[in-house]
Amino acid sequence: MTTTTASQVIHEPRFMDGDEFHIATFALLQQDGTLFEGARAPELGRETARRIYHTMVLIRVLDERMLAAQRQGRLSFYMQCTGEEAAVIGSAAALDDDDMIMAQYREQGALAYRGFGIDEFMNQLFGNAEDYGKGRQMPIHYGSAKLHYMTISSPLATQIPQAAGYAYGQKLDGQGRCTITYFGEGAASEGDFHAALNMAAVHRAPVIFFCRNNGYAISTPSVEQFAADGVAPRAFGYKMHVIRVDGNDVLAVYAATREARRIAVEHNQPVLIEAMTYRLAAHSSSDDPSGYRSKKEEALWREKDPVNRMRLWMLAQEWWSDDEEKTLQEQLRREVLETMKRAEKRPPPPLASLVEDVYAEVPARLQEQLDALEAHVRRHPEAYPKSAPGLDQGGA
Amino acid sequence: MTTATKSASRKLTTARAMAEATAQEMRIDPRVFVMGEDVGPLGGVFGNTRGLFDEFGAERVRDTPISETAFIGAAVGAASDGMRPIVELMFVDFFGVCMDAIYNLMAKNTYFSGGKVPVPMVLMTSTGGGYSDAGQHSQCLYGTFAHLPGMKVVVPSNAFDAKGLMTAAIRDDNPVVFMYHKALQGMGWLGTEKGATVAVPEEAYTVEIGKAAVTREGQDLTLVSLGAGVHHCLRAAQALEEEGFSAEVIDLRSLVPLDRDTVRESVAKTGRLIVVDEDYHSYGVSGEIIASVAEHPGCRLRAAPKRVAYPDIPIPFAPTMEQWALPNADKIVAAFHQMLTDN
Repeated sequence: MTTTTASQVIHEPRFMDGDEFHIATFALLQQDGTLFEGARAPELGRETARRIYHTMVLIRVLDERMLAAQRQGRLSFYMQCTGEEAAVIGSAAALDDDDMIMAQYREQGALAYRGFGIDEFMNQLFGNAEDYGKGRQMPIHYGSAKLHYMTISSPLATQIPQAAGYAYGQKLDGQGRCTITYFGEGAASEGDFHAALNMAAVHRAPVIFFCRNNGYAISTPSVEQFAADGVAPRAFGYKMHVIRVDGNDVLAVYAATREARRIAVEHNQPVLIEAMTYRLAAHSSSDDPSGYRSKKEEALWREKDPVNRMRLWMLAQEWWSDDEEKTLQEQLRREVLETMKRAEKRPPPPLASLVEDVYAEVPARLQEQLDALEAHVRRHPEAYPKSAPGLDQGGA
Repeated sequence: MTTATKSASRKLTTARAMAEATAQEMRIDPRVFVMGEDVGPLGGVFGNTRGLFDEFGAERVRDTPISETAFIGAAVGAASDGMRPIVELMFVDFFGVCMDAIYNLMAKNTYFSGGKVPVPMVLMTSTGGGYSDAGQHSQCLYGTFAHLPGMKVVVPSNAFDAKGLMTAAIRDDNPVVFMYHKALQGMGWLGTEKGATVAVPEEAYTVEIGKAAVTREGQDLTLVSLGAGVHHCLRAAQALEEEGFSAEVIDLRSLVPLDRDTVRESVAKTGRLIVVDEDYHSYGVSGEIIASVAEHPGCRLRAAPKRVAYPDIPIPFAPTMEQWALPNADKIVAAFHQMLTDN
């Protein structure tokens, strides 16, 4: 048995540069909402299409409002998905609702599509007592066990090997489920990306590696991220199915991911999808892109707005109307604002919760540290004016 | 070795002081170059490479692909080749991904090559919380890196020391981990500590690595800290003075090597010791300082020493929860009161 594939033998030193690989971009929908000539829309159905579009508008409204809240000092941190809604929501819609999602951090649309409510988003963003994560993780690090969405972890690309493992477990389970993992083109430079793809291919794990190639890793443009033609060609090195798709075309993203899911589940094969898109917003509320890219470049991509493209298609199908648009916008704006006001007034988790869940049981050492801390807060309430008065009300 | 005085009137933020030290060394030493994420045109997420890209260009101020394993491993390689790379890994919390390059290569290549391959590089990273960024963006991990042999570790508390320590770190033949606390950088969005922005001489100078500073003299109590903790200690010392007690404040500045003598001399005078550390309570800097005092034959403690440190829990996001857990001046004053009561 050899350790390499059967290989033709040559007698001249002939190098290959990979230029024989030309990766096409799969696209269905034009910016005016009509299909390309010869393109066929996926069998989506009116209800699914409306659910996708509703989620796209919700995320646009939520992102706008929460960035404004961050600017007003009501929130410490926020990350927008603006410009990438089609990539994230179109792919999530192509999955079954109990497939696993291992996201990076900009995929609030996938979670919203699954049914995560505005109230649930807000509780996490404000880290209040109702947050599933008990106020412990920073904003946008959502998680929902019920909706099969793993809690976000800050260190980049660490979700990718976990996804390979989760999917391998699903294969052993034999329930016909798969895992999708999202990451940016920057994160794809991490060793974890390469290690995960190789292992998933060897172990034949039903996992979809979904790369949001949005052009920037904070300030680093993709031309300084890799010398190759994007991320897609790497799949060949791992003997993996791959497709590049227009990430602002929700129909193409949906169709590509639907087929990727079929390959993953029916053939136990991992698939790489590279969605070409653009991060229209800053990396996060801590970032200002004016220092590293031009307004002109941003304007070019604003013309390719994925939400608008979907809306025009929906109107043409007569699955949507201008009246419905107006009503939905107003309703979501009101709902987001009112829900935010309620969430920011909720108390933080109780002081005792600080030491819970570090281990399965609270060890004596942590209990001592907590007792000392509580005694201190009680003796010096003036130093903790916001929380000391609530100490005896359970919610601090 | 501190060759400059603090008489200069020009004030700089810690970020600008670090960038100035780096620029001055790059002008005189072509072996010095900078690598990391967003260190180029953006000037570093925490501002400490600002202006370098414009002056030295993309070959010497390199934005890298997002692979800490790649650029820190590469820095070890370049340093082994006689270069003097400065690399930045934005958050100390993210060291996990490239830990091997740090503690098995950067820190040990010199030893295992029989001293033939020095690794003169600087690894800069941000530490600390207080601005609600939770437990994967707010750790200090001072004790973790000081614990591992083979690398020097410095933690400045102000711009003057930051510039002098940076110059010393670049010129040092050892690998140096340069840990700067975010709240001291002078970036508005991080809740800047005003006391960190101080007068900084324009000329290049060094602050000796391994030499603590007595930042405030006192007779009744020794407060030992580093980074942002020094400013909590200074506020506590001020409050205690109003109560009629005089506290001495020691700024460690370096963890490796650690200036135990300065701490011991101070405690020999005051007889009381409180260590303030934003890092986790157990197995860290606070334990090491107390042990260093207690194990010395000349130890004359009048009271059991105390530590004001971060509880042994991951750092929570919710602002109220984080503020409960962080060290502050009130906790230091309370620890001193407790010390008097216990006696």
